[in-house]
Amino acid sequence: MLLEVRDLHVEFHTRDGVAKAVNGVNYSVDAGETLAVLGESGSGKSVTAQAVMGILDIPPGKIPQGEILFKGEDLLKLKEDERRKVRGAKMAMIFQDALSSLNPVLSVGEQLGEMFIVHKGMSKKDARAKAVELMDRVRIPAAKERVGQYPHQFSGGMRQRIMIAMALALEPELIIADEPTTALDVTVQAQVMDLLAELQRELNMGLILITHDLGVVADVADKIAVMYAGRIVEQAPVHEIYKAPAHPYTRGLLDSIPRLDQKGQELYAIKGLPPNLLAIPPGCAFNPRCPMAQDVCRTDVPPLYEVTESPVPRSSACHFWKECLHG
Amino acid sequence: MADLSTNDEAVAAALDTPVRRGEPILQVRNLKKHFPLTQGILFKKQVGAVKAVDGVSFDLYQGETLGIVGESGCGKSTVAKLLMNLERATAGEVFYKGQDITKLSGRALKAVRRNIQMVFQDPYTSLNPRMTVGDIIGETFDIHPEVAPKGERRRKVQDLLDVVGLNPEYINRYPHQFSGGQRQRIGIARGLALNPEIIICDEPVSALDVSVQAQVINLMEKLQDEFNLSYVFIAHDLSIVRHISDRVGVMYLGKLAEIGTDEEIYEHPTHPYTQALLSAVPVPDPQARADRDRIILTGDVPSPANPPSGCRFRTRCWKAQDKCATEQPVLAVPERFRGQKTLAAHESACHFAEERDVVHAG
Repeated sequence: MLLEVRDLHVEFHTRDGVAKAVNGVNYSVDAGETLAVLGESGSGKSVTAQAVMGILDIPPGKIPQGEILFKGEDLLKLKEDERRKVRGAKMAMIFQDALSSLNPVLSVGEQLGEMFIVHKGMSKKDARAKAVELMDRVRIPAAKERVGQYPHQFSGGMRQRIMIAMALALEPELIIADEPTTALDVTVQAQVMDLLAELQRELNMGLILITHDLGVVADVADKIAVMYAGRIVEQAPVHEIYKAPAHPYTRGLLDSIPRLDQKGQELYAIKGLPPNLLAIPPGCAFNPRCPMAQDVCRTDVPPLYEVTESPVPRSSACHFWKECLHG
Repeated sequence: MADLSTNDEAVAAALDTPVRRGEPILQVRNLKKHFPLTQGILFKKQVGAVKAVDGVSFDLYQGETLGIVGESGCGKSTVAKLLMNLERATAGEVFYKGQDITKLSGRALKAVRRNIQMVFQDPYTSLNPRMTVGDIIGETFDIHPEVAPKGERRRKVQDLLDVVGLNPEYINRYPHQFSGGQRQRIGIARGLALNPEIIICDEPVSALDVSVQAQVINLMEKLQDEFNLSYVFIAHDLSIVRHISDRVGVMYLGKLAEIGTDEEIYEHPTHPYTQALLSAVPVPDPQARADRDRIILTGDVPSPANPPSGCRFRTRCWKAQDKCATEQPVLAVPERFRGQKTLAAHESACHFAEERDVVHAG
């Protein structure tokens, strides 16, 4: 297994109390595999990824418990300088907002080349040649001419390609993409997702795709982890989850999005709001919004049950997963 | 054979649905907005213009929702501002009940704006953080005191909060005490305060989480039925636009590429841009990912300061021919479909319009 996250907890100490952003997350990705982490804002999907990358701000963040195994080695036990060697070379991240993630006063060539100068000790000239090569690889037209240009001279889609090029520079084994196409228009989004999927196949990388878009997930993922209030509530191969969700939250999400290919009736709306992380409800965190909630849901935190009826491994953190699967 | 006849019946039924209800409430004719590009500091001279909106025409009927979709930079938000006369149009007219609002100013404009209100995209920046909810909604009555006499305003605001599904006791709270979805409800309450006939919604749900989006969409549909509102619904999310709209217009680089009923646009698109746009939408159905007809466009949207000659889409179009570079296609029912009983017979600005189903798995 390329990456295994085990029982990860992350909390933030704030003036108003302790915000429990991640409460015992387990997931794994293999080489060549795409795991989609799906969730709304505040579900802990990005914080988990930041913990894996080692870019969490500590303090105010804190990892009181958990393991992050990268090829069997626990990253949380590494010293900061050892960790830095892993970051970029072995695993890389693509952010949502390319414009604010790129340095506006450095040319894209310099920013891409920096990777090779810092990690590989290359000369400036060689690094520039490498930068052109990378830009070709992510299909930026006229790479040779554009390598000296600045981020603002590129369109949104082209900027996101540069972010991808930067992540790929040292041929990492794992890529974490945090909402890589959310800021892009649909036609450009399709171009960028296609490129990402193709490069992943070519280099046999593991990919963690963090998103809130159920459509994007269906298009590229192998398996999905749905997060709610800092926990994984359902984990399954992509086909299974869309066919029959085993958690009421997943079901609610699928029912609440309008369809492109048919005109629907009134949308199903999950009532209420996502919980405040300073005061997560006791029992199942979803219980105040759940149509199936019973007394046990208000007192007992559901473990991640194995969905035994499924031929492929899948799990659901609902006391009533059986009813949900068949309902 | 039996299959064919039911299909014909379905088409006939769709064609016969009474979409047109009397006089249009808003008529937009050849609307243009060009932003000047200047050079020099002391002696500014105009060196060009960004043609953000470049000749848009459509009608809006009472009680209907007209969706406008397009990518960023296509001019859809500028259209919204022009309809409110928040931006002065460079050319063209917007008739509200026969009166051209682009020519109005002062008291006459104020009177018209009472009937045309707006809901903005970002509920975090469109509400003043230093004002209470009661002041934010009540401010509309300061500007239009004829709607609610002073003594009744507080009760009226509480009624409005109730209508949009917020607790009327929240009247003294500040925007930061609400979640994103609740804030958008406040924005909607403000839009409703003056009992308008038309509400222009510019990306009203795109800043919200999926589970909250559905709540706000349902609320907007309920309010439309209750108050017989007309919506101009501007968004980039094609699934949401289909859900809420009766008719849909597709914009590209300041012009409408295609306009028709939701079924005409989504099931029978004839403009290549609409087809590409629809096929690029990721559908939440993993089964469909292999079976769907996908068109991946190359390149980016050209600059509106220097749009391509002829058809604006030709630089990214796979069907483009010489004619497309020289002759600008007009927005009309394509000749080949004219007079035919088919849902492909709707307005489309393409020389080589043909039907292609891109939303269903093949």
